Amino acid sequence: MRKMEVGQFCSTSHVVIVAGKGGVGKTTVTATLALVASRAGLRVLVVEVEGKSGLASMFGVPALEYEEVALADRIKARFLTPDAALVDYLESHGMKRISKRLANSGALDVVATAVPGMKDILVLGKVKSLEEQRKVDLVIVDAPAAGHAVTFLVSARGLLDAVRVGPVRKQAQDVVELLTDPARCEVMLVTIPEETPVNELIETAFAVEDKAGVALGPVIVNGCFDPLPADVVATTDAITRDATALDRFVSEREANDLARAAAFRAERFEIQREQAERLAQRLPLPQLRLPFVFDADISRPDLDVLADALTREIEALPAR
Amino acid sequence: MTVTATSERALDQLVDQRRVVICCGSGGVGKTTTAAVVALEGARRGRNAVVVTIDPAKRLANALGLDHLSDTATEIDRSRWDPNGDAPPSGRLSALMLDTKSTFDRLITRNAGSDDQAQGILENRFYRNVSGALGGTQEYMAMEKLHELHEEGGFDLIVVDTPPTRHALDFLDAPKRLIRLLDNRIFRLLMMPTRAYLRVASVAVQAFLRTVSRVIGTEVVEDVVAFFRAFEGMEQGFRDRARAVEALISDPSTAFVLVTSPRRDAVDEARYFAQSLTAHHQTVEALIVNRVHPAFGDEAPEGLRARAEGLRSDTRDPEAAARLAALYENLADFRDIAIGERTHLESLRDRIGSATVAYVPFLAHDVYDFDALGEVANLLFVASDNAG
Repeated sequence: MRKMEVGQFCSTSHVVIVAGKGGVGKTTVTATLALVASRAGLRVLVVEVEGKSGLASMFGVPALEYEEVALADRIKARFLTPDAALVDYLESHGMKRISKRLANSGALDVVATAVPGMKDILVLGKVKSLEEQRKVDLVIVDAPAAGHAVTFLVSARGLLDAVRVGPVRKQAQDVVELLTDPARCEVMLVTIPEETPVNELIETAFAVEDKAGVALGPVIVNGCFDPLPADVVATTDAITRDATALDRFVSEREANDLARAAAFRAERFEIQREQAERLAQRLPLPQLRLPFVFDADISRPDLDVLADALTREIEALPAR
Repeated sequence: MTVTATSERALDQLVDQRRVVICCGSGGVGKTTTAAVVALEGARRGRNAVVVTIDPAKRLANALGLDHLSDTATEIDRSRWDPNGDAPPSGRLSALMLDTKSTFDRLITRNAGSDDQAQGILENRFYRNVSGALGGTQEYMAMEKLHELHEEGGFDLIVVDTPPTRHALDFLDAPKRLIRLLDNRIFRLLMMPTRAYLRVASVAVQAFLRTVSRVIGTEVVEDVVAFFRAFEGMEQGFRDRARAVEALISDPSTAFVLVTSPRRDAVDEARYFAQSLTAHHQTVEALIVNRVHPAFGDEAPEGLRARAEGLRSDTRDPEAAARLAALYENLADFRDIAIGERTHLESLRDRIGSATVAYVPFLAHDVYDFDALGEVANLLFVASDNAG
C-alpha cells in the first residue's frame, strides 16, 4: 500500500475547519495541524473565531487580534470578529460611509438578531475571501464548540432563506459554495476517546454532512494513552520481585503507588480502545490518534512532539 | 481524592437550604451532570427538586426521562431515583429540558395586550428568528424559566444548568441586554413613527432604514420594523420581568456553584467566571471539580524519572529493569498530571474566596444513569443520611 504524503494530505482542501466539543483539545489540534502543514512547506493561516488565548500562548505570542500576526515560520494567525469583518466587507465593496454608521450605531446587533447566522456569515465570508486571495496555501479555522459549530456551518444556508437580496445574500451564496466544495473546504472533527465525547462527535459528524453539506476529513482522536509494555504486571508482588532481582530497594508505599498508577493507565487504555473501536464502527472515517500530553501547559516543544505523532499517523493512511 | 469534612457540611447546607442553585462553568466539564446530582441529592433529602437542563448528552437526558424538549417539568418516578425507598416522602425529583422557543412564546402571550397582538408577534419572521435560540435568547430564556418555576412551580429546590457559552455569564447579563435592546436608539427610532407621529424623525428613520436595506434587503428590515411596532405597549411588562429575574438571581436564597475540571483551559475559564460573578456582586458558594486524577503518592516526578533512567542502564536483568523503568516513568507522568492539576486549582483559590471546594475523581465510566448519579452524589455528600 502506498503511503500518504503529508504535503498531499494538507493540500486536500484549502480550508480546514477544526471542530469538536469543549475540552477535547481543538485548539491544540489546530496548532498541531498548522505545524505539520508548515513543515511540509505550506504557508498556513490560522483563524480564531472565539477570542480564546490558548493558541497564542502555545506559540508564546501575545493574544491574537484582527490583523494577522506570525506564530512561527510560515504560520500566521488572526482573530476574526463579525464586527470587524462587516466593516472590512462593506469598505471593500464601496460602502465605506455606511460601514462606519452601521458599526457605530450598534445596528449590527439589531441586524444580527434579525438575520440568524449573520455574524457567522460575516466571519465565514472573510474566511472565503482569504481563501480566494491565495496568499496562503492552507487556512485552518478553530471553530466554535460542537453544537455551535453546526449552527456556524449551517448559518449560510439558513440565511439564504431569510435574506432575498443584497450583498449579504451574495456573501451567503459564496460561503455555501466554499463550504460544499470538498476541494476547497473540509471539517476535521476532534474528540477524546471517552463515551460522551465520542457520542457527540458522531452526532456532529452526521449533522455537518447532512445539514451543512460539508465534507468530513479524518477524525482526530486526541489524548490517547500509549499502553505500558506488555510484560509489565501492575502488582506490588511483581514490582518487588523485579526490584529484588535487580538488588534494588522499593518501599512498600512506592510499590503501591507504582502499581496503582500502572493499573490506572491500563484501565484508561482499555476504555480508550473500546471507544476508538466504537467510533470506527459508527463512523466510517479514518482516525488519526494524538498522544496524551502530560505537560500541564502545552507549549512549543509539546506541539513539536504532537506534530511528529500526527505526521506518523498521516503517513500511515493509505494514499488517495 | 476525598472530600474534606467542612466541604461536606457546606455542600449539605447548600442543598438543604437554598431555593435556587445555578451551576455554571465552561463546556465539557460535567456541568449538566453536576446539576442533576445536586437536584437528586435534594430529592434524597426530602426536597421537591427540579433540574433545568439546557443541552444534556442523550443518555443522561434519557435517564432523566427527557426524551424531548419540554416547556413543563416532568416528575421522575420515585422508583427510578430512590429504588430502595430511603428518601423522605416529601422528596420529589423533576426534570425539564429548556425549550427556548416555547418559553419565549409563553412570555409573549402573557405580556401581550390582546390575542391579536400576541399572534402578530408570534407570526413575525424576525421574532421567529429571535426566539430560535439565537443571540443570547437561550440564556435569557433559561433565566426566564427559572423565574417561572420559582414563582409558580411549587418547587423548593431549583437547580439550573447554564448554556455553554464562551461569554461565560451571558445568562446573568441577558435580562440587562433585553432592557438595553429596548433602550437602543434604533429601537426607539423604529417605535417612534407610530408612537408620536413625528414626521421629522420619521424622515431620519427612513433614511437609516434605506441604508440598512441596502445591506440586508428590504424584506428583513420590514420584518424588524413590524416586529418592533407589534411590540408596542409590551415593553413595560418585559422590563419588569427582566428586573424580577435580576432580583431573583441576586436573592440570598440563590447560590452559584462553579463547576470545572482541573485541566488548565477549564480552570482558566472558571477563573474568568469567578471574576465575572464577583463583578456582578455574586459569590461562588461552591466549587465542584470533576475528573480529578488520583495523586498517586507524593514523590517528585524528577526523582522518579532519575530512577527510571538509572534502571535503563542496569544490565543485570535488562527485562526486569525495563519493566521497572516503565513503571517509574508512568508514575512520574501521573505525578506530573496530579501536580499540574493542583497548581491550576490553586490559581483559582484567590478568586473564589471562602467557597467550599469538592472533588469528584476520574470515574471509569461516564455518568448517565441514576446509579452513577447516585454514586457521584455519595461522593459529594457523604454526610447524607441516605448515602448508601
